Amino acid sequence: MLSDEFDVEDNNSQSDLLNEDLMTEGSNSENVDLSDNSLQVVISDALSEKDRVKFTVLSKTTLPDFQKSEFSVVRQHEEFIWLHDQFEENEDYAGFIIPPAPPRPDFDSSREKLQKLGEGEGTMTKEEFMKMKKELEAEYLATFKKTVAMHEMFLSRLAQHPVFRYDTNFRVFLEYDQDLAVRTKNKKELFEEIMKSLSKTTDEYLLSATVRDVNDFFEQEKNFLIDYYGHLKDATMKSDKMVNKHKDVADSYIKISSCLVQLSTFDHRELDWFLNRFSETLEKLRKVEGRVASDEDLKLSDTLRYYVGDSFAAKRLLYRRLRCLANYETANRNLEKARAKNKDVHAAQEVYDAEATQQLSCEKFEVMSDKGKEELIDFKARRVSTFNKNLLELAEWEIKHAQHQIDILKTSLEMINSEEKKSTLNVELARSYHGSNCFNLFMSMNLNNLFVSFN
Amino acid sequence: MTDKLPPLIAADDPVDDEDDDIFSSTIDDLSSLRNEELYASAAIVPPPLTNISLNDEPSTVESHVPLYDTKEEQPEPSNEVVSNGFEAEINLKENDTITTTKEIDQVEEIPNVSINDKNIENSYIKISISETTKVGEGMSSYVAYRIVTRTNLPMFKSNNLAVLRRFSDFLGLHNKLTEKYLRNGRLIPPAPQKNMLGSTRIKISGNQSDQTTSAEFIEKRRLALERFLKRIALHPILRNDKNFCEFLEQDCELPKATSTSALSGAGVMRLFNKVGETVNKITYKMDENEPWFEEKEVQIENLDLQLRNLHGAVESLVINRKELAHSSGSFAKSAAVLSNCEEHTGLSRALSQLADVFEKVESVRTEQANTDFSIFCELLKDYIGLIGAVKNVFHERVKVYQNMQHAQMILTKKRDQKTKLELTGRLDKVGTVTNEVTEWEAKLSRCQDEFDQISKTIKVEFEQFEINRIKEFKTVISSYLEEMINHQTQIIKHWQAFIPEAKAIA
Repeated sequence: MLSDEFDVEDNNSQSDLLNEDLMTEGSNSENVDLSDNSLQVVISDALSEKDRVKFTVLSKTTLPDFQKSEFSVVRQHEEFIWLHDQFEENEDYAGFIIPPAPPRPDFDSSREKLQKLGEGEGTMTKEEFMKMKKELEAEYLATFKKTVAMHEMFLSRLAQHPVFRYDTNFRVFLEYDQDLAVRTKNKKELFEEIMKSLSKTTDEYLLSATVRDVNDFFEQEKNFLIDYYGHLKDATMKSDKMVNKHKDVADSYIKISSCLVQLSTFDHRELDWFLNRFSETLEKLRKVEGRVASDEDLKLSDTLRYYVGDSFAAKRLLYRRLRCLANYETANRNLEKARAKNKDVHAAQEVYDAEATQQLSCEKFEVMSDKGKEELIDFKARRVSTFNKNLLELAEWEIKHAQHQIDILKTSLEMINSEEKKSTLNVELARSYHGSNCFNLFMSMNLNNLFVSFN
Repeated sequence: MTDKLPPLIAADDPVDDEDDDIFSSTIDDLSSLRNEELYASAAIVPPPLTNISLNDEPSTVESHVPLYDTKEEQPEPSNEVVSNGFEAEINLKENDTITTTKEIDQVEEIPNVSINDKNIENSYIKISISETTKVGEGMSSYVAYRIVTRTNLPMFKSNNLAVLRRFSDFLGLHNKLTEKYLRNGRLIPPAPQKNMLGSTRIKISGNQSDQTTSAEFIEKRRLALERFLKRIALHPILRNDKNFCEFLEQDCELPKATSTSALSGAGVMRLFNKVGETVNKITYKMDENEPWFEEKEVQIENLDLQLRNLHGAVESLVINRKELAHSSGSFAKSAAVLSNCEEHTGLSRALSQLADVFEKVESVRTEQANTDFSIFCELLKDYIGLIGAVKNVFHERVKVYQNMQHAQMILTKKRDQKTKLELTGRLDKVGTVTNEVTEWEAKLSRCQDEFDQISKTIKVEFEQFEINRIKEFKTVISSYLEEMINHQTQIIKHWQAFIPEAKAIA
């Protein structure tokens, strides 16, 4: 069945392309440090072992904080999630858009399909089965590569970030060559997490309803992001569906072409050649259709999907800012209350404390707003340039594939037509042969008649 | 299709005319004089083939007189099996022998294709169904198809013909042709399937979506009917049939073909006959003495199976493609919504253009699905039907063979009787039995003739069928490939229009 080991280094062009895309995107994303290659992180290797995938993270750096200039560690998906959570929970980073965590490696659909294929083995021909299997393997490989690329993307965005790359946790993640002993959350923690996110969401709603934002920019961004996130999600779903259907179309070509081959073995010698050509053509077309599907997936769905994550991260930033604003306002109120209460007492400790808190939250809010604004503007620029690049590439690929299909079709039509001319001659020959055959029949029939009448 | 008549068929024309005359001399008299009665009776009375065995059983019981006769090789023709009208037995018998020779003549013509080429160019018949109209309201309404024929064949009164026909008329035509020609071993193109659900939906279609689906249904049926007529027109003998001409020519409504309705008594009878035949097909295994038939039967079975598989595969392609088109459309809508809310003007514009492109792609993909269906899938479906017709013809031959065996059996029995009677000296009864023996000898010989003839006709028909099939497969698949090129060109066009938009984002 499927080999469980993949060496990312022997990626074919497709995945290389993908890696490249994501890399360049990463560098685009941080226009601050565009030329700064002081920390480079790549995933040099990945191994799929049963349910888990082990990523080899290779880092090259010129930063003095690291002990060596080049080092590699083996990390699992859970450790990536841990790292993401560390960033998310760190209050110092409240003003930044935290790069979205990479999605969990998901080979379930591939595995399921493979199982189905195994069950249906009896119903199809060997060739068909092999083709389907190959197709599935390719799909599995593509998913795998995509997963790797997503993880790499996450790390490189952190590495490019002027602040994030000095993070201690990040450094530990890259450098510490032992297992980080991160375990997946147990049930209690998972439950807590759900409760927390639930309270966060309600808090978010409550805040958006109660707190009036003084800053128009953020108010606008908030409204925009809420809508945008929803529509992006919807579009991603639709485009996923479309890509899947496209794959189905390509798969049904397999069935047709294998049926044609079978038909040709039983059919008239004249059609034999013809049907085989037709089947070959369809087989070629299938590959192109498959490429169209995977390119649509890569350029369209994945772009959309990534920005679903990114806009969610941006939304969280806005939430954090709003939370901060609310804290600031509470601090203000507290200060006022303290002042009112302690009018008579001079220089009470309470007022002093409240003042300090108010000062602090004010500062915090200010800093956060500034950072947030920068980040959001940056997010927009990044989004626009990625969409620009990927949509352009999508169009180019579509055209290229369609052209390829036309070429295939044209060659096979030419082949068929030229063969047609040859075969017409053969038909003539066959006919004259057939004619003489019938003539013989006629003769014997006549004899028979004679015989009957004689009797 | 008709303008590309393969030379082979058209070359037969002159001979076929004669051929047809011979046939019509008996059949047409009947059909023109007592058209309705004949068909009414034919529809209800089970085929004479099965009658024979029933009718003849008593006669064997009656005769006890043994006769002395061992000459087995001289059967005499028996014809009631072949004829349509039972009255015309003898006539037909003679005709049959002539037909056989004529037919061989016709076959002999085949090599001379090139000589007759001019003939082909000169004679043509082009049939198309130009439009459909819904007649009437409610459950009694029906769809009328306007059939336009352009021809210079001599048996038509004019070069341009146009008539209105309804679906049951087509089925009626098919039934008539089957009755007349199936027994002779002719391949009759199958008529499109009845579809109660679809036709009922047309009758009661009210809202918009119903109307579009029923319009699709009518369009599919129109194409299927057109192909049916074209296939008949392609056949050298069916083309010249009186009923076919009448069907294309007569400007009034045809007598309603009651027997085609699924719910009528005739429909039930037909069902019974069908069941009987199927049982017969399964249970009876003739010992084949001609390798050609053995081989072809196997070939046809395989072909049938493979075509069915292929048809299934293509159908699933059509379904997938339709769904793909649909999901492209819904993505286009999502992209449009997304573009509305995107704040960057350039990107927003590009997204709305993207939505536009996908909308166009949706229509291309829908078109692709339609092409898959109407060109590729329908071809296969037609051929599954045609192969059914080939099987029918083969079965017809088996039935004739069965008759022959039966006649043979009875003849042997009679002869035994005769010998017994002669031995026991009951000379009074010997006379009748001798008569019976000669009668059965005649019958056997007729059966044998008929069997030889049907075998021969089938061979000719089958060869023609194969030639047509190869030709049609090639042309249809080529045009399918061409259509695919077309679609891809359109896709290129749409995406190319998008490129400047994508560039303009930044």
